[in-house]
Amino acid sequence: MSLMQLDNLTVRRGGRVTLHPTSLRVEAGEFIGLIGPNGAGKSTLLHAALGLIAARGQSSLAQLSPRARARAAAWLPQQREIAWGLRVAALVALAQDGREDAPQVAAALARMDVAALAQRPATALSGGEQARVLIARALAQDTPLLLADEPIAGLDPAHQIACMALFARLAAEGRTVIASAHDLGLAARHCTRLWVLHQGRIVADGPPRTVLTPALLREVFAIRCHLAEAEGGLILQPLAGVAP
Amino acid sequence: MTERSLHIGLGLALTGLLVASLLTGVAEVAPLTALKALVTGGEGPLGLVMREIRLPRAILAVLVGASLGLSGAAMQGLLRNPMAEPGVIGISAAAALGAVIALQTGLAASFALALPLAALLGALIGVAAILFLAGRGGTLALILAGIALSALASALTSLVLNLSPNPFAAQDIVFWMMGSLADCSFTHVAIAAPFMALGGLLLARTGRGLDALTLGEEAAASMGIDLTRLRLAVILGTAASVGAATAVAGTVGFVGLVVPHLLRPLVGASPARLLPAAALGGAVLVLIADIAVRKVLPGQDLKLGVLMALVGAPVFLNLIWRMRGQP
Repeated sequence: MSLMQLDNLTVRRGGRVTLHPTSLRVEAGEFIGLIGPNGAGKSTLLHAALGLIAARGQSSLAQLSPRARARAAAWLPQQREIAWGLRVAALVALAQDGREDAPQVAAALARMDVAALAQRPATALSGGEQARVLIARALAQDTPLLLADEPIAGLDPAHQIACMALFARLAAEGRTVIASAHDLGLAARHCTRLWVLHQGRIVADGPPRTVLTPALLREVFAIRCHLAEAEGGLILQPLAGVAP
Repeated sequence: MTERSLHIGLGLALTGLLVASLLTGVAEVAPLTALKALVTGGEGPLGLVMREIRLPRAILAVLVGASLGLSGAAMQGLLRNPMAEPGVIGISAAAALGAVIALQTGLAASFALALPLAALLGALIGVAAILFLAGRGGTLALILAGIALSALASALTSLVLNLSPNPFAAQDIVFWMMGSLADCSFTHVAIAAPFMALGGLLLARTGRGLDALTLGEEAAASMGIDLTRLRLAVILGTAASVGAATAVAGTVGFVGLVVPHLLRPLVGASPARLLPAAALGGAVLVLIADIAVRKVLPGQDLKLGVLMALVGAPVFLNLIWRMRGQP
């Protein structure tokens, strides 16, 4: 059984189609990178898939009741909101109905390298630390599927790599992560599958090596890149912008 | 401080203040005699004073304070803003308008319950308007609808005052709006308590949702919170609690704003754990204020709402002063 299935999911906003009919299937054990330029519809796709915005067509997640959906998928919004100065451990434990002693909480704190901050007020942390705490909260929900909107934006390079490696490890353990990202190099290296969104349409879907062709990078992102192989993975380094 | 010791501390303060409130009044009576008269009914007028005047007043101070503290905490949690207070959705202004109309038309003088019932009717119309305007919308729609309703109710209250042909009615209105627990009887308790209980029940169940809202509306929704139901529970719970409190005590500000603010650091900032603490804290604060209005200027009928604002505003300014520079 697939973890998420979209059938002709379509979003209109202000008389404009921001997501053209999209059909996708997500299985267990995938780390899907959702890439595309600004305004391509990455957040719209994730929101519509979760049922957070009105959409036509079908999403298997949006059809669930709020509680059933919370068990099926965790969601990490792009806006990193922490309204009150809860201790980090208490904030992460919100994913487990406030049970700070739940094993998922300790595991998530350790995985995001924030266990040392557990007793500090979350609002007193730096932006990058807060971002890691919020990822830990989503992990602590312990769902088979995690959707994350730009999870690594604002993290330092070591934590960006650690976070992408963690998502890849989760996929290897049999969970699935769908994360939008702008860092094509990290997406190329760590994701098992890429979805490329361009002007509200999925224009490519497949493993990074087949998706990230010079033609697609020029067409969709308007950049010229250096593509190579090293240390058992793909290397993608944007070099210069080109006229689309 | 653990949550348990906080609750015990507030509970002890509440009990002590309740007794102190029963021992405060115009008639100077030895404490033991007074408490004996309360229990046994005593001889002569003292039993009547204790049972029919001081006891309902003390009980209402607890109920009004708890309602205002609880709904303030819930409203701050829902709006994710420490500056929010129960009056922000306009229910207290609507309830006040109902009471003012009852005073102006002379209805309030026709039978004893006319004023609180008119205030409750005002609150009911107010909450219907809020639900019609913002029941399905988001937080912003709720705040804007509350501002609009408050402005409209205040304008109509001013209009009633403006057109009041009788200066005594105008004076009655002005004094009523200052808020007071003087002259409250068990009939007032009987009118307010059911609504406050209903409101309290609705608000007490919002803890999990308010906690999740710490992470924003999207994250809360993805964690299994039905935001529309949560918003509805906070609106209806606040309307019932604050409508009933305004109906019996007039407008008493600052409790719903200051109490959650003071207690938040003591409960680890958790909106859910703040709810019971704020209810206890609100009761403690209103009991203190209601004792103070009788002690500070005896015989002058100092109004509860006036004292609360006089003391509350500097306390609040001090909080803001200490918060400055912090993110």
